[in-house]
Amino acid sequence: MGPGPSWDLAYDVQLMFSYPFMVNAFRAGTLVAVIAATIGWFMVLRRQSFAGHTLAVIGFPGAAAATWLGLATGYGYFGFCLAGALVIAALPTRTGRTASAEQSAVIGTVQAFALALGYLFVSLYKGFLSGMTNLLFGTIVGVTDTQVLVLLVSAAACLGVLIAIGRPLLFASIDPDLARSRGVPVRKLGALFLVLLGVAAAGTSQVTGSLLVFALLVAPAATAHKLTARPAVGIALSIVLALLATWIGETLAFFTVYPIGFWVTTVSFAGYLAACLWRAVGVRAGRRPRLEAPAATPAGART
Amino acid sequence: MIAWSPGAAVPDPVSALAQMLGHPFIVHALVAGTAVAIVSGLVGSFVVLRGQVFAGDALGHVAYTGAFAALAVGLDLRIGMFAATIGAGLVLGLLGGRSIADDVTIGTVFSWVLGLGVFFLAYYTTHASNSNGTANVNVLFGSLFGISTPAMWTAVAIAAVLVIAILTIARPLLFASIDSAVAAAAGVPVRALGALFLALVGATAAEASQIVGALLLFGLLAAPAAAARRLTPDPWHALWLAALLATASVWTGIVISYAAPTLPVSFTIMTVAAALYAGSFLRHASTTADNGAVRAGVK
Repeated sequence: MGPGPSWDLAYDVQLMFSYPFMVNAFRAGTLVAVIAATIGWFMVLRRQSFAGHTLAVIGFPGAAAATWLGLATGYGYFGFCLAGALVIAALPTRTGRTASAEQSAVIGTVQAFALALGYLFVSLYKGFLSGMTNLLFGTIVGVTDTQVLVLLVSAAACLGVLIAIGRPLLFASIDPDLARSRGVPVRKLGALFLVLLGVAAAGTSQVTGSLLVFALLVAPAATAHKLTARPAVGIALSIVLALLATWIGETLAFFTVYPIGFWVTTVSFAGYLAACLWRAVGVRAGRRPRLEAPAATPAGART
Repeated sequence: MIAWSPGAAVPDPVSALAQMLGHPFIVHALVAGTAVAIVSGLVGSFVVLRGQVFAGDALGHVAYTGAFAALAVGLDLRIGMFAATIGAGLVLGLLGGRSIADDVTIGTVFSWVLGLGVFFLAYYTTHASNSNGTANVNVLFGSLFGISTPAMWTAVAIAAVLVIAILTIARPLLFASIDSAVAAAAGVPVRALGALFLALVGATAAEASQIVGALLLFGLLAAPAAAARRLTPDPWHALWLAALLATASVWTGIVISYAAPTLPVSFTIMTVAAALYAGSFLRHASTTADNGAVRAGVK
């Protein structure tokens, strides 16, 4: 992307930030990492990671349509992801084995159709086929000041809501039945959380692309869940990991020809793998202090 | 917009059809598309029955990465696709027998695999001297209208092998899919069968990637099969109905895209398949009766 590194760290960082587009990429990436890691921690706890993936995929036709209509892609991502979240939240919960087989067929069809629709918008907007790779696999160029502002506002709103509902949401995610009996509005919280997830998925898509959101939305949170069961420590760890993955990914994407989608997924995956190994070694050595995940019950896991 | 000849003011359907079939690329698309649709319908029936739609999605990612890994080292992309998807299918099948690994691990692994595909794409586009600029779009979303005669016959031959393979294992596979414990007790090699089946899904994914693309193929696996399952309680009827619906989706998609060239053919095929599935919800099929009939069908 940019020039090759000189291996003088201070000089390289200075060089990178002398490009305004890299400054914006880091601003956007930092905001997205914080929100994705926080919402992602709850998402992994609630076993809704495929809902996050589906929402991100639904964002792709939104971004493609926005480009076709001459709007910023960010609006397309947010519009479609939020609409998708509202639809999923409104759908009735179904249970049972056949229902889940049917559900996965529905989700699969919806995802494939969303991608096909995105492809339609991409081909309607001729000459944009190279830009499609950016929508699907992420890019570090082209983040505008307005987009950073939109991300900042949505991240602040998301975190504000999450702080307000965090405690009951945690309760409802760990033991929905008990929470319901104590008067916690489990279903309403679930619907509200899906909307937050829609915002997080839309934001993450703008960094990693629609197809690679797992790298920031799931992997850092899952790594944190492997290492600690304590919510505050877990969320903090998840944020640190997501920030590291984003910053390392953006830096490597700047200094090499390989795009950010590859670097972010690789860094996140390496972290997750290391956590799995660390746990496996710890279990074998017989020390297994408080590592058990708090939730064994899928909490109304609607994907 | 409309592709029939400007001379005919009111084109009659027969001559319009004859003219459409006069284009070799349409004939190639219809022949290869039909072959792939039949395989997708048959394999998709089992994918939906076994609740493995996401495995189809994952194998689509693997097909993408395999294709670009092959291109990056200078091989034909189909070799990379088939090697990667069949290998990944076997691994998934052998691992999956022990425990259904959680969503998070599967999702993270396959997200990284796709990231690796992006790496190979960048490597290929920066290093290959004669890099094909449309390869990325073709692998992601298919290139049904760009199929050459040899590619068509290859697709048909591979489809024939896959159809024979799936029909050979259909009966024990159905038994194992519906009640694996009873099937295992009756001497069916449930785990080997599961791995073999996922290898077949992998080969189907590689085959279907050329038609509708690596990103859309699991829609072609899931939608016609799930629609067929809603329309008939008999698993054998559903199997063939799925193949029929997939074929209908491909044919209708090709005709629509031919008549309205602004609509890409993989979009029209996917839209018809999704519409058929949505339509099947209008017919209420009792899922409990479904299960009973499935059991009866095995005995």
